[in-house]
Amino acid sequence: MAEIIDLVLLGMLAITAFNIIFIKDLFTVVMLFGIYSFLSALIFVNLDAVDVAFTEAAVGAGISTVLMLGTLALTGRKEKASSHKTILPLLVVCVTGAALIYGTLDMPLFGDPDNPAHQHVAPRYIEDSPQEIGIPNMVTSVLASYRAFDTLGETAVVFAAAIGVLSLLGLPKRDRATIQSGLKSHLVLRVVAKMIIPLIVLFALYVQFHGDYGPGGGFQAGVIAAAALILYALVFGLPMATHVVPPRVLKALAALGVLIYAGTGVVSLFLSANFLDYSVLAEDPVAGQHIGIIAIELGVGITVFAAMLCIFYAFAGQTERKNIQ
Amino acid sequence: MSFIVDHYNYWIVVLLMMMGFYVVIAANNLVKKIVGLNIFQTSVFMMYISIGKVNGGSAPIAAEGITTYSNPLPHVLILTAIVVGVATTAVGLALVVRIKRAYGTVEENEFEDKEDLI
Repeated sequence: MAEIIDLVLLGMLAITAFNIIFIKDLFTVVMLFGIYSFLSALIFVNLDAVDVAFTEAAVGAGISTVLMLGTLALTGRKEKASSHKTILPLLVVCVTGAALIYGTLDMPLFGDPDNPAHQHVAPRYIEDSPQEIGIPNMVTSVLASYRAFDTLGETAVVFAAAIGVLSLLGLPKRDRATIQSGLKSHLVLRVVAKMIIPLIVLFALYVQFHGDYGPGGGFQAGVIAAAALILYALVFGLPMATHVVPPRVLKALAALGVLIYAGTGVVSLFLSANFLDYSVLAEDPVAGQHIGIIAIELGVGITVFAAMLCIFYAFAGQTERKNIQ
Repeated sequence: MSFIVDHYNYWIVVLLMMMGFYVVIAANNLVKKIVGLNIFQTSVFMMYISIGKVNGGSAPIAAEGITTYSNPLPHVLILTAIVVGVATTAVGLALVVRIKRAYGTVEENEFEDKEDLI
């Protein structure tokens, strides 16, 4: 049964991607890309990657769609006909594709438990991590403890990307005197948004602190919390949103998250263990692991939340400026 | 039939990668190029998750009565890659906005002959 679902969903994914190539209306392209992300999330669930599906649904269908629409508002929604010939790109792509298809024939069979990827380190994680780290979600164990150094790097990349966007576009000033934006006339939207925004924030907190036991964690929680405030900004206008969460607080929060993460590592260094080795944080190594994971997941959540919202503010500020002009 | 099921995921991954790659090279509009780049990126995600799947396995969250789990390692790599991916996409889109401001267009064939205009 799972195989049939896999076949159908992957087929739908390919059809969606194929349509994106030919459509010249970029608004439709972005909407199709949202559908594409949701389909990918479904496929990830079907392939047992629940944490990944969670992230893809929040990020792909939520944040990137909003950012792309924000860009379209500034650059226009029609793609003009290209003056280039399409034969050469087609040839390059087909040759690459043919080489890769030939390569797949030697790939380990899909889903085979004896595949090389499931030997070596993976059985160690699956068998030992529930006792060693003391939490059932192996993805969180690997993400936050065994490979915490990688995750520190990735958190820093998110922070760096936010700095990049801010230096390119700048943040909007916190000023309530500018023209009122938002959807003033849409009463239904305003009422519904007011009702569901607290629930979204509550859900983000649940995902943040329950990530050790079920699917979830700092990355997903940060994105979901940012999505709640993006919804607020879309419905009630950017000036209101910057009043609730001022841009300079966000800048400080983005740095604070990375600091919490790296600081946890430094604390374990001072307790004469390796960098990001949490076993020494408490008397009992398993309790120490738990404290460490909660601390660094909090750092990740704060940085991702602040970075995503900063990026959104930067784009929305540009659009607002264009509307005033 | 089993030959198809054993390789189907990889073929779709290659197909998606081809489509994303084609959009990146051939599209005229910079926003569409970034959408293409994202499709390319998702194909890589799909590849990793397909490799992590174990037939008859369950999601890698320890629970009673379950003995087979899918491989958690690819999930960790891709989970973080998705968030980093959206952050870098945002940088790309910010560059597009600045290009629009400097050149007045985001169509590739239109700003080729405007090199001295900034």
